[in-house]
Formats: sequence, structure tokens, C-alpha cells
Amino acid sequence: MNDASAPTGLMGRLRQGLGRTRNKLQEGLGQLFSGGPVQLDDELSELLEDQLLMADVGVETTTRLMRRLREILPGEAAEDSQAVIDGLAQAVEEILTPCEMPLEPVADKPPYVVLVVGINGSGKTTTIGKLARRLRDEGRSVMLAAGDTFRAAAVEQLQIWGQRNEIPVIAQHAGADSAAVIHDAFAAARARGTDVLIADTAGRLHTQDNLMEELRKIRRVLQRQDPAAPHEVLLVLDAGTGQNALNQAREFHQAVGVSGIALTKLDGTARGGIVLTIADQLGIPLRFIGIGEKAEDLRVFNAHDFARALLASAREEAQA
Amino acid sequence: MFEQLSQRLSESVRRLRGQGRLTEDNIKDTLREVRMALLEADVALPVVRAFIERVRERALGREVIGSLTPGQALIGVVREELEAALGERNEALDLRARPPVVIMLAGLQGAGKTTTAAKLARYLQEREKKSVMMVSVDVQRPAAIDQLETLAGQVEARFFRGQADQPVAIAREALSQAQRAYVDVLIVDTAGRLAVDEAMMQEAAEIHEAVSPTETLFVVDSMTGQDAANTAAAFNEKLALTGVILTKTDGDARGGAALSVRHVTGKPIKFLGIGEKIDALEPYHPDRVASRLLGMGDVLSLVEEAERSVDQGEAERLARNVSKGKGLTLEDLRDQMLQMKKLGGMGSLLDKLPGMGKLGAAAGQVDDKQIDHTIAIINSMTPRERRKPDLIRASRKRRIAAGSGTRVQDVNRLLKQHMQMQKMMKKMGKGKGGMQQMMRQLQGRMQ
Repeated sequence: MNDASAPTGLMGRLRQGLGRTRNKLQEGLGQLFSGGPVQLDDELSELLEDQLLMADVGVETTTRLMRRLREILPGEAAEDSQAVIDGLAQAVEEILTPCEMPLEPVADKPPYVVLVVGINGSGKTTTIGKLARRLRDEGRSVMLAAGDTFRAAAVEQLQIWGQRNEIPVIAQHAGADSAAVIHDAFAAARARGTDVLIADTAGRLHTQDNLMEELRKIRRVLQRQDPAAPHEVLLVLDAGTGQNALNQAREFHQAVGVSGIALTKLDGTARGGIVLTIADQLGIPLRFIGIGEKAEDLRVFNAHDFARALLASAREEAQA
Repeated sequence: MFEQLSQRLSESVRRLRGQGRLTEDNIKDTLREVRMALLEADVALPVVRAFIERVRERALGREVIGSLTPGQALIGVVREELEAALGERNEALDLRARPPVVIMLAGLQGAGKTTTAAKLARYLQEREKKSVMMVSVDVQRPAAIDQLETLAGQVEARFFRGQADQPVAIAREALSQAQRAYVDVLIVDTAGRLAVDEAMMQEAAEIHEAVSPTETLFVVDSMTGQDAANTAAAFNEKLALTGVILTKTDGDARGGAALSVRHVTGKPIKFLGIGEKIDALEPYHPDRVASRLLGMGDVLSLVEEAERSVDQGEAERLARNVSKGKGLTLEDLRDQMLQMKKLGGMGSLLDKLPGMGKLGAAAGQVDDKQIDHTIAIINSMTPRERRKPDLIRASRKRRIAAGSGTRVQDVNRLLKQHMQMQKMMKKMGKGKGGMQQMMRQLQGRMQ
């Protein structure tokens, strides 16, 4: 089941380009079905189901996808394995495409404020770093607010990163009021005419009412400074998360109105299939995927590529 | 985190109740439900398969004996298998080696290694009376070493800051420093790494070799999905793990990762991370977790926890008062609330009572702020008012509200609640046995 020698993760294959991915797909399923027409029977259904389940797609969404596949391929047999893969990929894509909405950080009155939220260890600070670099490389001026005043050395982490990349970081001491830090950063960004302000927040479990209340407060404080702010509330989700990611998305959405999702850590063996359920049930736009350590490894989400990579990867997993 | 899985499982088993016997058919339906519940709980698919297969074999081979109903027989099998899968008993850390005993923590990025390192240091100092030194060999993440240093300060453990910039060299330096300083335990926190990153995994193996840890613990987020199985297997292969620490179990994830990791590595889960605070780490009890999975509650660990942090004398005095029918004064109420806070707040308390799975979610809303408010209100009363709440009329209420930063309505609500509690306590007090009796009654009512 484990395959430590696999050279790349799910998104590694994305990097190699779609053509290559398609080949791998054909290789994988081709071996399984040994070419020619494919019977659409229970055995095949179970096989495909297993792949979706092992990609963290979840029981309910998997059942739905299989039903949709039967609509796409109504006969008793498909032409070949490629037709089956294409059919399933189409079903996946149908769910994801409505959520394929890239971030457009342009405010009527700058700064455009991106408030970054998520549970502990989901990759917020790393994502902020990559996002800041990306926006700066696009020619925008960027400022960071060190709103994670709780975790030991979180402020330092952001400051060190800011120094290395020559991006200003507004910070106070550890333990300071997060809303106050972000408030000050907003004022500074507005005064300097900065295009985009990215605000970090402390990681919090979505079940901690008091900490979710603190996020609401940050939102209120920003709204008082600019009714349009925060323009984007970006939820950072670890692709390794299982079905609980839906609860996370729902709770953060209820608390502060999540307007975009960044799916991180797709460079490992995790596949992030839970975003299908999130897209299906909550319809939150999928902005970015994180596929590595480097700044350029924060990619704009693409439903078509994601659907194919998800199935390719699941396929290999089942085989290993 | 286990509530949702508990509910699914108990529902699927309940359907078997009232049926005459287990047949291949009705077992099949229920097992499909169990399979779905386990998948929904993020147990890895191959592990689910193996589990279901074992239960099927055992259930079909077994006769329904004596007065057991078929449902009970099946739940028995599921439970036994679940317990077997989760580990037979709690396995403590091995601290018998010649000091310094080295504990190495490894895992994916964001699993919670650094926080866990600090919690573990605190645990070893307080419960095991060991002297602890900590070192971070994470030269990757900016400020990771600072983070551990800050945490070491908080738990008052020694911290070693290496001069080297290579993880393996830092680990070696730390070990010889720990030997010179005669500390009992050295905790080595490592950088988060991906199982597929060959170079990083190799580095971890080198660190492992350099310090030859007695305990090599895999730190894994309880919210992890199917990937938990892959990752655990990869780490186990490279590092010869001795145990697992499951983190962030205070969330609402169903915690299937526990089963996956256990199955794949065969290594015991030793601790659970149960909250943000530095003392939020508890030893893992597999039998209890299995019964929690099956909705039977976890009274044992509640009792143990209560014994640890509740002031015994205080509890006895309270029990005496109640059993004498003296009732509960506002002072008693305040003390109780303070103790409840010590136990980790309302949510974590209710979590452990049997049958509270469903209520737990709602009760979690009784957040600790409310408890703080109540304590503030009682603090703003005079001692006389606390003993005789009847004295509290309009002007006193205004003063108390102003003093505690609340509203008169809040004061009214507290007084009313207190009155109702008095009534209930007096009723309970008529039975003998004080607190124990109360506990038993409480349990009986909830089951």
C-alpha cells in the first residue's frame, strides 16, 4: 500500500504536464482492464469506488459520482478503459468547475485585504509567504500582518520570512490582540498605498467557540476601517485531512464567511479528495493548491487538471 | 472526536436489536453500515476491509450464548475486534534505559510535533518526576527553534541551542550536553517532512542513528484521512517507530487515523493531544477509546482525571453538606465551577460521560466564558449574600451586576439556577453516600 519510492506526489504529476498524466492514466487503468471493451459491472464499480474513497472523496460524494458515471455511460459496457476514466473525470470536473474561480486581488480602494484562517498546522504561514511572493512578482505591492500572536515564535517566523523577501511585516509582541495588530497593519497599508494586505491569524480548531469569536472580531474591526474588507477570507486546508475538512470549512464559513480555499501539502501522498465534497456542499471557490516548498509551487486551482490528477493518483495507489 | 463514529456505530448495531438470530444476511447489512461508518471516520480502506473481514468470520462462527441478544453478540465481536485493533492496553513510555533516555519525535509538517514536545516535557517532569532537556533540529522552518525555546521556557524544561547548522550535528551536540548535565530525558524535535521526500527521510534516519532513541514517536494529526496509513508505513520503515502520539483530538474529527496507524505500524498509540494548553496531553487507553467508539462512554478516565485535579477535601466537604440536606451555597457553586475549569471546562467533562455523545455537541456551547461570568457574579457578592441569597433584592442586584460587569438579568438567571439546583441537591441528598451516589445517579440517568 505504501510506496515511498514514488518520486512525486499527486501534483508532481501535474507539474509534468497533462499529456504525461494522461499517459500514466492509460497505463494504470490499461493494465487493469487489458484493453478493449470494458464491462460496467459491480466489480468495476467497486474498483472505482475504492479509488475515490482512498483519495478521501468520502462515501456520500463517491456514491454520487458513481451514479453520475452511470448516466454518462448508460450502456452495459464502455468502449475501453479510457472512456471509463474520461467519464469519471467528467463527473468529478462537473462538481469542481463551478468553484474554479481564481483570486483577483483588486480593491476599489487599496489595500485589498486577504484574511488567512485555518486550523493549527494547516500551512497558513507558509501559504502566506508563497502568496505574497506571487503577488509581488505580478507587480503588486504587498504587506503582511503578523496576526498569529498566540503560537510561540509565529511572529518571528513571519518577520524572518519578510526580511528575506523584502516584504514589510507589521507586528507586535507575542500575546498582543490579533485584531489590533491587523487594524494597525491596515492603517499602515492604506497610508502607504499598498495594493494587498495579507493578514495571518493563529491556527484554531473550528470547535473552539471563543477562538472563532475572536475571528469574528477581527472581521468586524476590519469592516469598520473599510466596509469592503476583508475582501477575501482564505481558508487554508491540509490536503491530508479526511472527512473532517468539511466540518472545518462549514464552521469557518459560518463564523467569518470563507470566500476562498487554498489546499496545501499536495506534494505528499495525500490527494485532497475532500474538496469535492466541500465544493459540492458549500460551493466555496477553490483558489490555490500548494504543491511544494517554493513560491511558484502555489498554483492557481484548475478543475480539469485536478480531476485527472486525482484519478491518476488514486489508480496508482490501488495498484501499489 | 470520537462522538460521530460512536453514533454511527451504535445506530447500525441498534438495528439488529430485537431480531431472533444472526444470519449471513442481516450481518451483511450491519457490517456494511459498520464499513461505511469506519470509512466516514477516515479509517484507511485496506484497514476497514481487514477489520470487517475479521468481524464477519468471528461473528458467523460464534453461537449466540445464553441470554445475549444477537445484537449484543455482534456488538461484542465488533468491540473485541476494535479493541484488539486499537491495542490491548496502554503502553507507557520506556524510561528504564540508562539516562539520558532519548525521545525522538517525527511526523509530517503541521502534525503538532513542537507543541507535543513541550507537552511531553511537562508530562515527564510532573508525572514522572524526570528532568528534561529539549532540542530542536528543525533548521528548515523559520523560527522553529525559537518556538521550541519559548515553549521550553513555559514548561520550565532545559533547552539546548546548538551551534551547528546541520540537524545531525545538533542532535549529537545535544546528546553529549544531556549526558554532561545528567538530565533524565532528552526530547529531540525534528523538522516536518514528507514521506515521499527521500532526502528528508534519509536525514531523519541519520538523526535517529546519531542519538539512538529509546522512544521514536510518530506524531500524527487525528484529522488525517486515508493518507495516514501511507505516511505511517513510510515512517515506520525508516525509523523503527516505538509508538504514536495522536494530536488535535479535541476537534470533532472521528479519529479513524488512530485505527489506520495502529494497524499499519503495529505500534502502540501512547498519548493523545487534547487541547491548546500545555498540559493538554493524556495517556492513551485503547480499551476506553474502543468503548467510546461504541458509545459506552469513558467514565474511567473521567474519574481518574477528577481524582487528579479536584481538591479531595473540598469535594468531601461539599458531599457532607449535600448529604446533610444543607444544600449548596453560592460559595459551593463557585468552588465547583472553579474545579470544573480545572478539569478542562464543560465540554471536555461532558465528553466523557456515557451517552453524552449527542448532547455533547450542544453542551459544548456552554462555553467557559459563561462559567467565568458566573464566577465573577458570585465574587461580586458579599459573603453574607453568598450564604443567604434571599437577601439579594433589586438594589443589591444592581450593585452585583455593576461589580461583575454583567447585567441584572444575568444575576437573576444565576439566582434562579441556584434555587433549582438547591432543590435537586436536596432530593439527591436524601440518599446515602454523597458524591458517589450522585455520580451513580447521574450515570444511571444518562445511559
